[in-house]
Amino acid sequence: MNTMMRSAVSVGGPASLGFPRGAARTSIGEDAAVRLEVRNVYKVFSADPKPALSMLRQGASKAEVLEKLNVNVGVLDASFQVRTGEIFVIMGLSGSGKSTMIRLLNRLIEPSSGEILLDGKDLVSMSKAELIQARRRNMGMVFQSFALMPHLSALDNAAFGLEISGVSKAERHKAAQQALEQVGLGTYAHRYPREMSGGMQQRVGLARALANDPTILLMDEAFSALDPLIRTEMQDELLRLQREHQRTIVFISHDLDEAMRIGDRIAIMEGGRIVQVGTPYEILSRPADDYVRSFFRNVDASKVLRAGDVARYEATNTVIRLPGELTPALQQLRENHHNFGYVRTQDGRFEGVVSQTTLERELKGPQPRFINAFLPDVRTVNAATPVHALLALVADTEWPVPVVDDDHNFLGAISRALMLHTLVRGD
Amino acid sequence: MDSEIRIGKWVEDLVSFMLDHFQSTFDAIATVVNGFGGAIDYVLVGAPAWLLIGLIVAISLWRVGVGFAVFTVAALVLIAGIGLWTETASTLGLVLTATLLSLLVGVPLGVWMARNRVVESIVRTTLDFMQTMPAFVYLIPAVMFFGLGRVPGILATVIFAMPPAVRLTSLGIQQVPAEIVEAGKAFGCHDRQLLFKVQLPNALPSIMAGVNQTMMMALSMIVIASMIGAGGLGNVVLQGIQRLDIALGFESGLSVVLLAIVLDRITQSFGRTASAPGPARFAFLRRFLPVPAR
Repeated sequence: MNTMMRSAVSVGGPASLGFPRGAARTSIGEDAAVRLEVRNVYKVFSADPKPALSMLRQGASKAEVLEKLNVNVGVLDASFQVRTGEIFVIMGLSGSGKSTMIRLLNRLIEPSSGEILLDGKDLVSMSKAELIQARRRNMGMVFQSFALMPHLSALDNAAFGLEISGVSKAERHKAAQQALEQVGLGTYAHRYPREMSGGMQQRVGLARALANDPTILLMDEAFSALDPLIRTEMQDELLRLQREHQRTIVFISHDLDEAMRIGDRIAIMEGGRIVQVGTPYEILSRPADDYVRSFFRNVDASKVLRAGDVARYEATNTVIRLPGELTPALQQLRENHHNFGYVRTQDGRFEGVVSQTTLERELKGPQPRFINAFLPDVRTVNAATPVHALLALVADTEWPVPVVDDDHNFLGAISRALMLHTLVRGD
Repeated sequence: MDSEIRIGKWVEDLVSFMLDHFQSTFDAIATVVNGFGGAIDYVLVGAPAWLLIGLIVAISLWRVGVGFAVFTVAALVLIAGIGLWTETASTLGLVLTATLLSLLVGVPLGVWMARNRVVESIVRTTLDFMQTMPAFVYLIPAVMFFGLGRVPGILATVIFAMPPAVRLTSLGIQQVPAEIVEAGKAFGCHDRQLLFKVQLPNALPSIMAGVNQTMMMALSMIVIASMIGAGGLGNVVLQGIQRLDIALGFESGLSVVLLAIVLDRITQSFGRTASAPGPARFAFLRRFLPVPAR
């Protein structure tokens, strides 16, 4: 992956820096529709949860409840929203309640109290029959140990959910075959799980979860049992699938690198409580407490942060809006003491970079035009490009490197000073 | 004597009470078992020896391999040569009948036991009792309820041979990995689907081990049941004992052992590959099968 990104940087010409991650993080804004909402969910492992719940509501901690009532607390007042089309990672150490949390979402474990709304419908208050229908139609799940049926071929495993729903054999095999092809196992349909490697088995697990095209995909430490190399490969596979077709995914992980790599947003859990929810950048730059901070102590910021997180817009750059004249633009640059200006259209599209020198030269000509004042060989980078893949480019470029989104809208620029400042953050 | 706890007497009273009040039930059971056992016996004893031997050898070849098929030929031809083929076929019939009946009761009981704690504790205790009780003791109530002959022999054998089928079915279901059961639920299985599409298929190797154990125990018990007239090889063994005829005893004993080995290896093979349909030996046949449409 790293080598791939570096080679993308070295490709010449004024083309935008391609980076496979693309869509996911940049296009899911605050305004995206909420697909799953968890409201004040508690789970206490007890036949009668009431005493433990009332203790917790009065502010008791997990340890206190365990000591006084001998009741284990799984999840404590969890509330969060998962937006349509995002990968929402729930991260925590073992015992933090993350595995319980994901099982509450499809009621493999019954919540003790609270609401879980999937597309506005409360799963907690559903009858058993309604819940079964919701699981069949709207939910897919991928397990850490793959949990494939050993007596079924890859095709029948992928078709399992549809078989359970009563879909005819021809139809479910067609859907399962398509799902297997999506995960790159089209030709392995007739193999049995024991004839496949762990990575292949988990692809089948993924195909099984995709076959019924679920509204939400639950992934419980889905890649944790795989070798590091295969794990990265599967993360890329997931990101590729996500680019092709944006699904809403809740992903459980204990691996910070994984969470940072695939998560659009991350929820951090500790002792059954959700401590912080935010984008990787938000959590990294503003950790909610010392626990979260300690998590990120050894994180290499350049690997977590992406161009879009770092780029600054007006504060440190001069932005010239079209249509306009060259003379005021030059004036603007001189006033700001900036050598370079970033030209964008009215609707935000990035056009090019001008300098005081090129503007002055062009103004001496008979028919001054912005297009002739643009610096040659200006390279833009996509907002999703990780910062560490930009180091060389930023260091070698005289002007702050312009950052654009997938639609080539200008988001800002990264100067050498800004880059250095980013890398030494907070320390 | 009056101060003793007269538990034996109570059981005796219970048996005679049941005899007085449930005679028609016992008669019905006897009719069914006799019909079932009789039909199997009729087929196996009635079929020509070469046909039955050929069939068993074919199964050995299919399930186990060439080497074992050769052994099966040798073993069965030896039994026929000794002149005990009819008795062996009859014993095979009794064993199959008793095994089938044991499974018919034992597997559902095992499933129930795996799914219900109360049932589990009751059945577990009963099974412990059944397995430690000396085998001969079952013969007494069997005779009381059903007289002498094939039916009490088969039923005593069923009682004796059932525990492994129950235990290993229950164990198999309980040992299905938690995540596989969760996967079944997460994809929307209701209770019956969870049992038939997830738990039972995953428990199959264990259940097949139970079938194997049950069959072996049925074979050992059916020989003992000859004392109440079950027939088959057991009768010959019994004759050997009564006459102190070493030759007859050895020949009949050897026939039982050979039959046991053949049945054991064949049923074991079903346990081994229960989770993987189609033995690898025949994988090449897949090439000739039509490829499903994409």
